Amino acid sequence: MNDSTQTIETFANQEYKWGFVTDIEADAIPRGLNEDVIRLISAKKHEPEWLLEWRLKAYRHWLTLKEPTWANVHYPPIDYQDIIYYSSPKAKKDGPKSLEEVDPELLKTYAKLGIPLKEQELLAGVAVDAVFDSVSVATTFKAKLNAMGIIFGSFSEAVQEHPDLVRQYLGSVVPTSDNFFAALNSAVFSDGSFCYVPKGVRCPMELSTYFRINAKDTGQFERTLIVADEGAYVSYLEGCTAPMRDTNQLHAAVVELVALDNAQIKYSTVQNWYPGDKEGKGGIYNFVTKRGACRGVNSKISWTQVETGSAITWKYPSCLLIGDNSVGEFYSVALTNNWQQADTGTKMIHIGKNTTSTIVSKGISAGHGQNTYRGGVKILKSAAGARNYSQCDSMLLGDKCGAHTFPYLEVKNTSSQVEHEASTSKIGEDQIFYCRQRGISTEDAVSMIVHGFCKEVFRELPMEFAVEAQKLLGVSLEGSVG
Amino acid sequence: MALLEIKDLHATVGEREILQGISLTVEAGEVHAIMGPNGSGKSTLAQVLAGRELYAVTGGQVLYQGQDLLAMPPEDRARAGIFLAFQYPVEIPGVSNMYFLKAALNAIRKQQGTDELDAFDFLNLVREKMTLLDMDQALLNRPVNTGFSGGEKKRNEIFQMAVLEPKLAILDETDSGLDIDALKLVAHGVNALRGAERSMIVVTHYQRLLNYIVPDYVHVLAEGRIVKSGGKELALQLEESGYAGLGIADEEEAVGKV
Repeated sequence: MNDSTQTIETFANQEYKWGFVTDIEADAIPRGLNEDVIRLISAKKHEPEWLLEWRLKAYRHWLTLKEPTWANVHYPPIDYQDIIYYSSPKAKKDGPKSLEEVDPELLKTYAKLGIPLKEQELLAGVAVDAVFDSVSVATTFKAKLNAMGIIFGSFSEAVQEHPDLVRQYLGSVVPTSDNFFAALNSAVFSDGSFCYVPKGVRCPMELSTYFRINAKDTGQFERTLIVADEGAYVSYLEGCTAPMRDTNQLHAAVVELVALDNAQIKYSTVQNWYPGDKEGKGGIYNFVTKRGACRGVNSKISWTQVETGSAITWKYPSCLLIGDNSVGEFYSVALTNNWQQADTGTKMIHIGKNTTSTIVSKGISAGHGQNTYRGGVKILKSAAGARNYSQCDSMLLGDKCGAHTFPYLEVKNTSSQVEHEASTSKIGEDQIFYCRQRGISTEDAVSMIVHGFCKEVFRELPMEFAVEAQKLLGVSLEGSVG
Repeated sequence: MALLEIKDLHATVGEREILQGISLTVEAGEVHAIMGPNGSGKSTLAQVLAGRELYAVTGGQVLYQGQDLLAMPPEDRARAGIFLAFQYPVEIPGVSNMYFLKAALNAIRKQQGTDELDAFDFLNLVREKMTLLDMDQALLNRPVNTGFSGGEKKRNEIFQMAVLEPKLAILDETDSGLDIDALKLVAHGVNALRGAERSMIVVTHYQRLLNYIVPDYVHVLAEGRIVKSGGKELALQLEESGYAGLGIADEEEAVGKV
């Protein structure tokens, strides 16, 4: 094996640095799933009757569904009765009322992850909601956001404090019957983040949720609901990590976004769940349903994702472009190495007139990784003047990995325009030698080439996350020009 | 001490021996032309000197500034002042020319113990060198060689050479694919970089380039060996009588492509 191949492999085999376990007492319910478990979760959260009924309806529907098999991913059957559906770090009281009451072990965990929750150490421009296993443990900058009318915090709190808003929008974008994993999530979701930005308010800081799975054999089923009222703007970030364990853990989240007239939501993800070891043992199954509805005229929803973690990723952040002139965007980098599998992409459903969507997907495969782009563009008859542009590029590092592209197009309106471009490239010995001949080390050359490949997506990320994403790809590109 | 001393160099690719005992000495400031028909091993020689791993060196020695060049990885050779202008410059999508060149220059400067250039000083340097090759500033912000025309790629190579200021520049068929105007421009750039401290090895199939870049010495390569060496007049002789005049078979001439 020559030098550059070795470096490519080293680059692809970097150790998972977030794999530690926090030793904290957990309040977990017994394994398994039935109506009593759902009642127990709902009771623990002091939920209103309507929400319990909503969960039960979802559960009963879930029982009739079969796990989807159409994705290009392979894994042994999941025993849904062997999962713990609720686990929360044990608190002295019902829950921390302020950051001072948060268990120091938890604060240490987040500090170790680089997510400071103490006010004095906060990232100045980012408010964080920290979700640990099944519950939200802390939210920062809450008071300041409240003063502007912005509601941001845990889902559980929102259910108590803003039940009408939650009831109005919950399940309105991803119905309980949507798909197998969404139905399961609707039945057992334990917490998550809720955000409402009122009319005409531009949220001055990035809102962020940091998801951490800690407990063993626990599934994480969180729900995020973001509503941008007329003319509002919000940029939201999510990050995720988990300990290294040799069993697989299920993460089945649902994210719903609603943008009303002239509203804009920018949703960015850096997904770094534990991917399993080099032999493919362990890792998170990341089966997530994310969808945004551009309900209002001129509304806009942008999804940007950098997916580097998880043993298996199954997610398709999508946009329903209902309002006239609404805009949907999807920018994605998905990296699979070792034995990781990703089947990811988006759906853009054009319903309103002159709606536009942009899809830029960059798949990087290394080791034995398998990377699939699956995207659907649907232009309904009502969507006169609709436009879509899709670009799907794949890069292969090494010769044992795979890249697959499945674009689906359905156009029912003759005045629309749809463009699709796709490419597959192999990181070449030629490129690496060219860099080395100019004095650049192999390692720097590989990261430079991979970075160049992902650039169109990285520049969509908010600054704080762009940095993290670059680090995640094992790259330092300080002072990059252009 | 000569800048470069090649002694009985043998190299293979796969089972095939391409260099079959090359010896050549290049002193500081000299320009050597290596001419030869296709398959004679001229590009292989250029690549072996730059450290391409595709070729296995099976015998001989190369000393660069008295050091064992063959023991050095390609990036160390570059940092020690060896520059290869590629026959087929490689595209690197998404990486701006400017960023690439700055990374290269700073890697070299670091090795040589000089301070890395900041963005301002680098920009000034780049602007100065661009005028030399009449380069469009837009090329700087475009990804490395991506979407460049053949001529732009070759000009970009010489532009990089101008910025990196090597001690030994190896130009591998820099003239191929260039029309006469582009050739003159590239040659002008190369000539401006000639000096007592800079040696060059100019690899070419045709004499045409040597009208513009006049060499001190000309070596004719055939079947992996230098079969004839002389002054610049040797190139003219080749122009008149062709490789056949020296008793060398040239596939291209044989099929009438010249």
